[in-house]
Amino acid sequence: MAQAELSLSEDKIDLLKDRAKFVRTETVRLVDIAKTGHYASAFSCAEIFSVLYYDILNLRRGEPDWPARDRLLLGKGHAAVGQYPLLSDWGFLDKSVLDEYTRLGNPLGDHPDMTKVPGVDFSSGSLGHNLSVGLGMALGARYAPEPFDVYVLLGDGEQAEGQVWEAAMAASHHSVTNLIAIVDRNQYSLDGRTDDINALEPLPEKWAAFGWDVHEVDGHDVVALTELLRSIKNGERTKPTVVIAHTVKGKGVSFMEAEFGWHLGWLDKQDEADVYAELEASK
Amino acid sequence: MTAQLSNEPVVGQRGNSWQLTQLLDQAPGFHALSDTLNELTDQGHPIVVGTADLKYSNGLIRYSEKHPERFIQFGISEQNMISAAAGLASTGLQPYVATFASFLALLCAEQMRTDTAYTKLPVRMVGHHTGITLGFYGTSHHATEDLAITRSIANLTVLAPADAAQLSSMIRASVDVPGPIYFRVGRGRDPQVYSAEDLIGFELGKAITHSAGTDLTIVTTGSMVHPSLEAAKALRAEGRSVGVIDMHTIKPFDADTIAALAGKTNTILTVEEHNVIGGLGGAVAEVLAETGNSPRLFRHGIPDEYAPVGPPTHLYTHYRLDADGIAAVAREQLA
Repeated sequence: MAQAELSLSEDKIDLLKDRAKFVRTETVRLVDIAKTGHYASAFSCAEIFSVLYYDILNLRRGEPDWPARDRLLLGKGHAAVGQYPLLSDWGFLDKSVLDEYTRLGNPLGDHPDMTKVPGVDFSSGSLGHNLSVGLGMALGARYAPEPFDVYVLLGDGEQAEGQVWEAAMAASHHSVTNLIAIVDRNQYSLDGRTDDINALEPLPEKWAAFGWDVHEVDGHDVVALTELLRSIKNGERTKPTVVIAHTVKGKGVSFMEAEFGWHLGWLDKQDEADVYAELEASK
Repeated sequence: MTAQLSNEPVVGQRGNSWQLTQLLDQAPGFHALSDTLNELTDQGHPIVVGTADLKYSNGLIRYSEKHPERFIQFGISEQNMISAAAGLASTGLQPYVATFASFLALLCAEQMRTDTAYTKLPVRMVGHHTGITLGFYGTSHHATEDLAITRSIANLTVLAPADAAQLSSMIRASVDVPGPIYFRVGRGRDPQVYSAEDLIGFELGKAITHSAGTDLTIVTTGSMVHPSLEAAKALRAEGRSVGVIDMHTIKPFDADTIAALAGKTNTILTVEEHNVIGGLGGAVAEVLAETGNSPRLFRHGIPDEYAPVGPPTHLYTHYRLDADGIAAVAREQLA
């Protein structure tokens, strides 16, 4: 592959950083409406969302059901608060819907519902299911008139679910090359460090042993992330692919990076103002 | 290096011995499953079929041989199979996936609910060897809770065929059902209840009234339809007026047919190969509780316990779920 296909323009880099910031600021705004939400979980995958939606995924603006679109599933459904603003940005969802996030009758809940939210490719919330669902979609592409790729964003705490490994084994057995898992390796789940709770490491070796092509990347470096995902997208694939994205839980807000409890929470007005200021000041 | 074993039985070398690959010969009812799916696939329906390492037990070997490109072997990973079937369905396919009912409805209850029913996807889940049909395999392989579980899952259609012909009719009808379906299927050895002609005009959701009875009406489903019809015959020979209703669709439940029994029959006896809690008897009780002038109800099935070890036919006798046992229970209710 030519190097030119991999390298990013300055404008593209600025866009990707800006959209990651948008994910974070919108997450803060929406969680304030709900009075509870998963700040830190959405922040750790803000760059992953940005790179997928503004560089990698084959999508058509305003056409959430286009059959040949690439799919993006959230194994970690609790990050949906960070995805909804992007669906609106793509014209799948009216912006005013965001303003009533989680209010009675609104389509947007803490976990995504495909029957209610255009652009959500599959419902989730119960960890461990969506790699299997993605496997089914990727197999479904074999019977579809036009090919597509299926991306599944998994939490690292989610790696403890047995069904993840059922799907991993089957995807490799069936040589499902159009399935790409991205693990948001932010090191923490609800009760603390993943490796104190149920040790995941050596995680890359586990995926490799299950027959996947394994890549590791800094999940906040939009250039590295984009180059890697482009090389996977455009490259020759003989196996399913997993990208272990090393991330920081709560990335972008210093006190959330320092306290793991911001997996779930709510900010009062003063703290919210501080968070907006810090996000705004960031590059 | 392991020797590659052949799947082909060496015919004629071992008298009447049998092995796994000949299992389907003993369970001809499962021919209907593969044959109907082959028929629908040949007609162009976007069907794919999967199983979790049980293609000899459910006979889907027949489908896999005719349509290998549309058959997906998931191995022993039932939860993965149900969620993956939901993914397949989301791309416009109609997946039919099958495994033992005990694993499908209990182990995969949450995948059924969250990935197929909540999402309203056309996933067709065939839970076979339901109830206590696996006999001395034991409780791990029994499904006496599956109706209670599936019946409380919104958007899910729940069907219980009495025999192979009804299973075929249900599969043909299923192509028009927009959401997910749970098929509660026996062990492929169910005696014939229906001819193909009997099922012309078969409708999901509409109970089949075999006969009306002023003394007692047996409301039954699935594997218990045949013995209930036999029991009713014996009771009629004794001068009793006994009706039989086949409640083949457990959800959506044909409440009208049950409510219409008010004033027409003295006693309703529900008969099911399921825990008496939460299944057919529970569904009938719910309707009757809200119906004025309702008949007496007795729920017959498996008591709230785990079955002892025993061959299936012996267990049916033990639980009075064969024709003689059902007739005996009915006589007690008529006394």
